[in-house]
Amino acid sequence: MRKKLLLTLAIVACFAIGATVAQAKTLTLGLKGEPTSLDPHFHNVSANNMQALYIFDKLIRQDNRQKLQPGLAVSWTPVSDKIWEFKLRKGVKFHDGSPFTAEDVKFTLERIPNVPNSPSSFTGFVSTIKNIDIVDANTIRFTTEQPSPLLPRQLAAFTIISKKNAEGASTADFNSGKAAIGTGPYSLVKWDRGDKITYKRNDAYWGEKLPWDEIVVRPITNDGTRVAALKSGDVDLINFVPPADVKHLEKDSKIHLSESPSTRLIYLHLDSDRDDSPTVTGNNGEKIKNPLKDPRVRKAISKAINRKAIAARIMDGLAVPASQMVPDGYEGTSTRLMPEAYDPKGAKKLLAKAGYPDGFKIIIHGPNDRYVNDSDIAQAVAQMLTKIGIKTEVSTMPKSVYFGRASKLEFSLMLLGWATDTGEQSNCLASLLHTYDAEKGFGSANRGRYSNELLDSTLEEALVTVDNDKHNNLIIKATEIGIGETGIVPIHYQVNVWGMKKGLDYNGRTDGYTIPREIVSGK
Amino acid sequence: MADINEVKQPDFNSVQGDGVLPVKEESLLVQSLKEYFESKTAAIGLIILTVMIVVALLAPYISPQNPYDLMSIDIMDSKLEPGSKTMDESTTFVLGTDSQGRDMLSSILYGLRISLGVGVLSTVIALIIGSIIGLWASFIGGRTDSFIMRVVDLQLSFPAILVALILLAVLGKGIDKIILSLVIVQWAYYARAIRSNVLVERRKEYVEAAKCLGLPQRRIMFGHVLPNCTPELIVISTVKVAGAIALEATLSFLGLGMPITEPSLGLLIANGYKYMQSGYYWISFYPGVALLILIVSINLVGDRLRDVLNPRLKK
Amino acid sequence: MLAFLIRRISQSVMVLLVMSVLVFVGVFYIGNPIDILIAPDATPAEYARAVKELGLDKPMLDQYWIFLKDAVHGDLGNSFVYNEPALKLILQRMPATMELAVTAMLMAVFIGIPLGMLAGIKHDTMLGRSIMRFSILGFSLPTFWVGLMFIILFSVQLGWLPSGGRGTTVELLGVPVSFLTWDGIQHLILPAMNLALFKTSLAIRLSRAGVQENLQMDYVKFAKAKGLSNTRIIGLHVMKNIMIPVITVLGMEFGGLIAFAVVTETIFSWPGMGKLVIDSIGVLDRPVIVAYLLITVTMFIIINLLVDIIYSILDPRVRLGDHN
Repeated sequence: MRKKLLLTLAIVACFAIGATVAQAKTLTLGLKGEPTSLDPHFHNVSANNMQALYIFDKLIRQDNRQKLQPGLAVSWTPVSDKIWEFKLRKGVKFHDGSPFTAEDVKFTLERIPNVPNSPSSFTGFVSTIKNIDIVDANTIRFTTEQPSPLLPRQLAAFTIISKKNAEGASTADFNSGKAAIGTGPYSLVKWDRGDKITYKRNDAYWGEKLPWDEIVVRPITNDGTRVAALKSGDVDLINFVPPADVKHLEKDSKIHLSESPSTRLIYLHLDSDRDDSPTVTGNNGEKIKNPLKDPRVRKAISKAINRKAIAARIMDGLAVPASQMVPDGYEGTSTRLMPEAYDPKGAKKLLAKAGYPDGFKIIIHGPNDRYVNDSDIAQAVAQMLTKIGIKTEVSTMPKSVYFGRASKLEFSLMLLGWATDTGEQSNCLASLLHTYDAEKGFGSANRGRYSNELLDSTLEEALVTVDNDKHNNLIIKATEIGIGETGIVPIHYQVNVWGMKKGLDYNGRTDGYTIPREIVSGK
Repeated sequence: MADINEVKQPDFNSVQGDGVLPVKEESLLVQSLKEYFESKTAAIGLIILTVMIVVALLAPYISPQNPYDLMSIDIMDSKLEPGSKTMDESTTFVLGTDSQGRDMLSSILYGLRISLGVGVLSTVIALIIGSIIGLWASFIGGRTDSFIMRVVDLQLSFPAILVALILLAVLGKGIDKIILSLVIVQWAYYARAIRSNVLVERRKEYVEAAKCLGLPQRRIMFGHVLPNCTPELIVISTVKVAGAIALEATLSFLGLGMPITEPSLGLLIANGYKYMQSGYYWISFYPGVALLILIVSINLVGDRLRDVLNPRLKK
Repeated sequence: MLAFLIRRISQSVMVLLVMSVLVFVGVFYIGNPIDILIAPDATPAEYARAVKELGLDKPMLDQYWIFLKDAVHGDLGNSFVYNEPALKLILQRMPATMELAVTAMLMAVFIGIPLGMLAGIKHDTMLGRSIMRFSILGFSLPTFWVGLMFIILFSVQLGWLPSGGRGTTVELLGVPVSFLTWDGIQHLILPAMNLALFKTSLAIRLSRAGVQENLQMDYVKFAKAKGLSNTRIIGLHVMKNIMIPVITVLGMEFGGLIAFAVVTETIFSWPGMGKLVIDSIGVLDRPVIVAYLLITVTMFIIINLLVDIIYSILDPRVRLGDHN
């Protein structure tokens, strides 16, 4: 009996060792977030959208600077004001060998609004489409309600699934792998929830050459543990290296770092609409009329913030002071806007002009588990505002409580972040600065309820202007209005850092994704 | 964090505390003190603890800086090594600064104050509530008594951290909420300890005598029975304070405890945690050391008190 | 006995019910999970759709009633985040937590009891005092801090052991376990040590106290008088006498290990149910939070019940029923 047990143990051990030897061409990634599902249309959140790219492909890819590139579609052209025609790639096969056709695209688009229990769906990306016409197996036309210049951007937001394998499939079928059959570079082997996701190479992939046989994704939420896993060699590459760790990792001869700016903007929203703001009081605690309604006070707050100091001291250099909502070089960004210079004297003058020579009291609210160093940034802002006379208290809370309260307008001054997944500025204008309008779907994240009619009409015009240059000029105009009145106070764009073993290289992406087919094995 | 006393102690500890005689209290006190100081470790523990309490109480007067006055800190001083000076060379940061440019020494002194405050306050409230309920239950007896004791047993059978987790998930963050959860987690120990003591005391002659004299029951309870339970309560609550401090630190670490405006030692550790490997070790390390010394010294004192006040282990 | 069992079970059901109400109401008032889960640029219409889809638009009482009805049929609801049955998610993670807790318990028993006995026998020596100091440290050090130090020392500085995760698992009777592969064992050591530290100190103190007490008892004196060797007295007679209470206490503490695994799992990214519940609290995934608590509390109730029954069998002086 005992011998038998020993024998079994020995065999098991051999298998385990054998397995590690055979995994020579495995790439192990230690990533911050775990997807909530492998159903690519269940939850619109970056961890899921990123994992979807391992198994599936998009019609239009976003390159590492979020410019549009051909994916499953090789070209897209407006046939008329309201009709877009997409030519699909020929000869692409799903993991099960079945061919990819226009039927799959149509199926995907029709499934999107009907994913049951989705906590955040992709419906918004397809809601402008009125009609889908399959011209032939490789050509498809979309008719929109209104001229829709952003349609290619919207169709670059999600991946295409297989009609044959996913018809009638539930979210659970994707998680188990049954329906997770895509055209992408890797196919799913197994998802051990909370521990790892294992993929194997799709040898029939239509795109780049893939150096690894197997990809293992390990979700490691804790920053310190993730860095430790890289240093101890448990994983080959990690994302979101915490800024504070960059300096000592740079000194490590076994580790290579790469950094990339991101579209993640950190900004302040200010209650610019109500007369009576919840957390503003006079210097003696008495009720006062909301000073944040005055654009001069908002400007003073912007001037009081030492963006360079925050970038250098709080973010360890891994932040770029922000002038607007999307970094320079993106479509629809203004070249005339500069990050507000640190000018505490000017700020005090502006405050005095607005009738607050001695400042007032306010509470700044912020999350403490959402953005890189979020509560530290909130505290630093409080420090800087206090120094120009606005006595600021800090209150930070977990995101589970924070966002709900922020949306209920319980705060006067709040720290928030915004990542422009579409890679152009109209998205944040519509959500952050356009007047709140539940019916039309504008201003959904305008928690300061900033409002400017000219901005609204300019933006709305841009959204139906298909001509690219005209569209961009309108967007720039709207941006300059909003930032000119300090509708929000941009602070910085995060810089993301990836850490990897020497011998690997990764260019990094502005959307922060870690995509194995873009990782280079330099030997 | 759980501690030794929350265990249902079978057999060899079940009758502790019944040997304290109601007479000759003062000589007993002196005797106990003498005996306490026979252990050098325990004596050192007591001295360190006393120093820490004094320092915590005097924090606003002896800290080099008020770390929560935003006017007096500067972000440009952030993450300075221990021993660094401000730009104008006016102040030295003995233990370095954190990411906001706060003096770590001052933060630790203030943090110590909050940690100790939360620990002691929650323990005292729990002690009072637990004792009253325990006394009341044992004197009323009958169904009320057995009902209360069932509740106590139930609560004691759950690990403190689980109860606190539930409570804080339900209540949200805040210093008042964490004290409330710590009280709820702790009261049952005292209720049970008091009750088992009272059951023993009640059968003693002096209670009988008091009853014969016609003293009101309340007076017997508070005037005679309660004082005789004090030694054991002291032992339990000393250890409990340490447990409460450690539990609060753990909860803060898990992101469920203190708000950032009132950082306890636990929160200081949690805040510095992300810098632990990055060379800015002092932001987390020194608060960790302070927490450690605090808890160890309390436990040393509690441990010795148990030995001194529990006559069964005396030879 | 039967009456006792019936009473205990009905009490337990009450406890579960009260707890579910508390947690349900609490999480309901903290916030709406959609606020965190939804894409920030979602329109109000999309927001309303998501709220309706997850049934969060109904009054709280209705939601609780639906939960209760389903719970009676063994369905604790679908996770808001994962859209899979909460019960299934937790049961998937349970083996990992159990493996960690059992390993930690074994460590506590096999390290703690011998050390404690040693400290009891040699209580006036350097060794005995050192063991006791270690045990004071052991239950003073907050678990999270020790875990952190372990990672920095053993994985980053020395590079001996992996810093987190579960490593290679193999199936044993259909349950994935990691202690059968070398890789798995390596991953298990640090978190198990971290979790075991506190219970080891407890085992040390309990067995020391037990040894000291037993050494003063008459049977030991008789045995000595009879000329039995010290090793035999302690190794056999004393050991036998202290094992029952020590093991009983540790058995009751097993529930505590599972609860404390929350901390260890968070630090070592151990894919157990404790980590799941912390993540779920972060996003207000109510079905998972409620299901986790119901399952763990049920486990405690069962453990306590078993301990009480076994105790009454071992020690006839203890009667089942109200403690009086």
